[in-house]
Amino acid sequence: MNINLTINGKSYSQDVEPRLLLIHFLRDVAGLTGTHMGCETSLCGACTVELNGKAIKSCSMFTVQANGADIVTIEGLATNGRLDPMQEAFWNEHGLQCGFCTPGMIMASKQILYRNPSPTEDEIRHGLEGNVCRCTGYQHIVNAVKAAAAGAGK
Amino acid sequence: MATTTVKTETFVGKRIRRREDPRLITGTATYVEDIQMPGMHYAVIVRSPHAAARIRSINTKQAEAAPGVVSIFTGKDTKGVGAVPCGVVMPDLRVPQHTILATDRVYFVGHPVAVVVARDRYLARDAADLIEVDYEALPAVADPEKALAKGAPAVHPQWPDNVAFTYHQDGGNVDKAFAEADVVVKQRITSQRLVPMAMETRGVVAEWRGADRQLNLYTSTQIPHLVRTLVAGMLGLEENRMRVIAPEVGGGFGSKLNVYAEEALMGYVSMKIQKPVKWIESRRENFTCTIHGRGHVDYYEVAAKRDGTILGIKLKLIQDVGAYHQLLTPLIPQLSVLMMPGIYNTQNIRADIVGVFTNCVPTDAYRGAGRPEATHGIERMVDLLAAELKMDPAEIRFKNFVTKDNFPYATATGLTYDSGDYAAPLKKALDLVGYVKLRQEQADARKQGKYMGIGISTYGEICAIGPSPATPAGGWESATVKIEPSGKVTIMTGTCPHGQGEETTFAQIAADELGVGLDDILVIRGDTAVVQYGIGTFGSRATAVGGTALYYALQDLKAKVKKFGAMLLESEDVSLVGGQVIDNKSGKSKSFQEIAGAAYRALKLPPNTEPGLMATRFWEPPNFTFPFGAHIVVTDIDGETGQIKIRRYVAVDDCGNILNPLIVDGQVHGGVAQGLGQALWEQAVYDDNGQLITGELMDYAVPRAHLMPWIESHHTCTPSPVNPLGVKGVGEAGTIGCSPAVVNSVVDALSPLGVRHIDMPLTPEKIWKILAAKN
Repeated sequence: MNINLTINGKSYSQDVEPRLLLIHFLRDVAGLTGTHMGCETSLCGACTVELNGKAIKSCSMFTVQANGADIVTIEGLATNGRLDPMQEAFWNEHGLQCGFCTPGMIMASKQILYRNPSPTEDEIRHGLEGNVCRCTGYQHIVNAVKAAAAGAGK
Repeated sequence: MATTTVKTETFVGKRIRRREDPRLITGTATYVEDIQMPGMHYAVIVRSPHAAARIRSINTKQAEAAPGVVSIFTGKDTKGVGAVPCGVVMPDLRVPQHTILATDRVYFVGHPVAVVVARDRYLARDAADLIEVDYEALPAVADPEKALAKGAPAVHPQWPDNVAFTYHQDGGNVDKAFAEADVVVKQRITSQRLVPMAMETRGVVAEWRGADRQLNLYTSTQIPHLVRTLVAGMLGLEENRMRVIAPEVGGGFGSKLNVYAEEALMGYVSMKIQKPVKWIESRRENFTCTIHGRGHVDYYEVAAKRDGTILGIKLKLIQDVGAYHQLLTPLIPQLSVLMMPGIYNTQNIRADIVGVFTNCVPTDAYRGAGRPEATHGIERMVDLLAAELKMDPAEIRFKNFVTKDNFPYATATGLTYDSGDYAAPLKKALDLVGYVKLRQEQADARKQGKYMGIGISTYGEICAIGPSPATPAGGWESATVKIEPSGKVTIMTGTCPHGQGEETTFAQIAADELGVGLDDILVIRGDTAVVQYGIGTFGSRATAVGGTALYYALQDLKAKVKKFGAMLLESEDVSLVGGQVIDNKSGKSKSFQEIAGAAYRALKLPPNTEPGLMATRFWEPPNFTFPFGAHIVVTDIDGETGQIKIRRYVAVDDCGNILNPLIVDGQVHGGVAQGLGQALWEQAVYDDNGQLITGELMDYAVPRAHLMPWIESHHTCTPSPVNPLGVKGVGEAGTIGCSPAVVNSVVDALSPLGVRHIDMPLTPEKIWKILAAKN
């Protein structure tokens, strides 16, 4: 099937197998390996990307379902070498250790702030329910989202 | 030419954000699955759906004809490959032949049976479904106590009693201690099987370069050098023809401190098909085929005087081994025995371990590896003793601590605790939590029929693993430091950090020693072709052992830098300050660039000095280090639902000197999360047929953000005398301190109902059933 989609502002027009998962299009076709496969069952969130402004789990979506969509991945956040404020916050607050969940975690965290620019700690934690991190115990991730929210409010 | 920064600022001890993070937060790091090569093929492994079965036949015909399939290999093909190694040597250890693919029999669900290689990952998966294996199912046993019962199915037919090994240790006079005791408390305590669940599953890319007789193996591992030695041996390949690269590694927690069948299997496949091949473990495989942790049934007895003085401890430890020994399987329960007395002053112990084969995936090191089990045991027993004697759980601990004037302290299990002040973190934690007030509040809450608990655990642990005689493969670590001709500094560490942040902390150490900036330093790890032989990252050892090797290499290098500086300055009285060598008399100085330039240009050399600026040290630690701490957990239990709410979590950890508080906090938080996972939610459950019924994230409950309490992390500081950095290690402390504090808290909350003990995990269902039965 021929599909057209935009990833990080770049257009792709490609023939794909109907069963090709979106994450495999991102990683294998577009060469954007920052999005990680963690569980293949949409339970861990490592594969979270932004599709038409909404955070989705790219391991459980077919590429053909994303036909016509505008997608942003972790590689699309920094502009002209300047980190996105959420990336900067994760760095400052030590919101990552092994880094494998981090791209999905950052995409999910951005989504929390899209929906609610000044979330409480409880709202941040519930916003991250769909993303598993095995290293940090989440506390520094919560701090990072708080810091990004505070920075954006300045 | 870039200049080396001259700095007088110091870095050790500061909250410095990590130098490894830019690649990780931008999605540009390279994990195994991110590696692509021309002509790369993909492997999918066909695995047993049975826990025990005879293989009658394997039909690969249909799969061979499937689109894109290049090759299929079964156990018949890989007979020449050596067995998956067990690194532990002990008397009477029964080691089953652990072939990389099953031959005539399978021993656990997930046992690899065949491998399909295709030019595309989807096609390989399709073809795997076409392989027909004719199994004759056999009776299986998945519970270690059931496996020990008479008439249980034999996991390995040659050993009908299912005993994999036994181990006995005696210290002092335990019979006398129990004979003289006023009170003996007994309890069966389990420490359930857990799934390590690193976010990145295992994965291997093997690239055979036939003309060079060279195998490059990219694998997600904590121990690249040991993998090279052992996998080269399995493949019959000269060790120097194999290069192992651990690229970015997405978490390990002990599960990647191992040598796995798939690492040798991919090497074999690549050599056969003469192409690069990639295998990435699915999450389902990760649950069923990567080692599990824990798996203890412990029978404890503690003898004490009426005043609470502990006289002796007995432990019968049943270790669920699984179907095979992986690299360190039989060693893990021995670590539990070493930690048996905890931080209490008792010289009388007796331990008997029996390791039991079951039709399950093997157990091995998982965060804490034997020490969380031991700490859970002793900390539960101390609370049981306190309850028996109607003593306060804090008071009984203060009464039994090894006191701070008793270090170094020789334990009944043969260890020498390096340094400690065990009362200090408990005092601090009690103050921070407001213990006295909380007890008053609890008394009031109980009058109103509310369930509020206060749980204490005071732990010690074994870190900086370890002196070589105490380890199966050498317990030293290596470091090389080079000052490049331009003056920039390159460090190569034999450790293999995968989230612990040594690219930052090692740069902090080197920057302070050399007086240069962090940006002048690069830390390289994880490539056997680049880095001198090393042991790896596990057992909270990387900084305490690897950092010390680095420290000594820096001393050697500094001495050489000073020699060149003295030559250039024509002075005998020089010092190294702020990235330059200064003549103490004239105040004249030479920069690192000038000195490095002279050392590599070598037009003139100091006496008895070779050109170049590089130093390598292999450091053998004289002892382990022994961090300690106190965790206090306050819980409120919903009497209607059994839901446990953690109101406060106070952790006071003493890990010696702290190089980077930001990183240490992260280690504590993550450790506590895994301890809480065990205490409250996680359990690998096999049914009676040996099916893993918690084989996905849908059924296995790992901690998520909304479930975690806020962790109040504090420290006391008792430097270790074992190494010049005074560090002890902190990677596992949170996990070790956590679970008994949680369980003690919940048992304390329910103690008015007569509850003495509850085994983990403390699910709401379990608590609700207790409440329903008691009310």
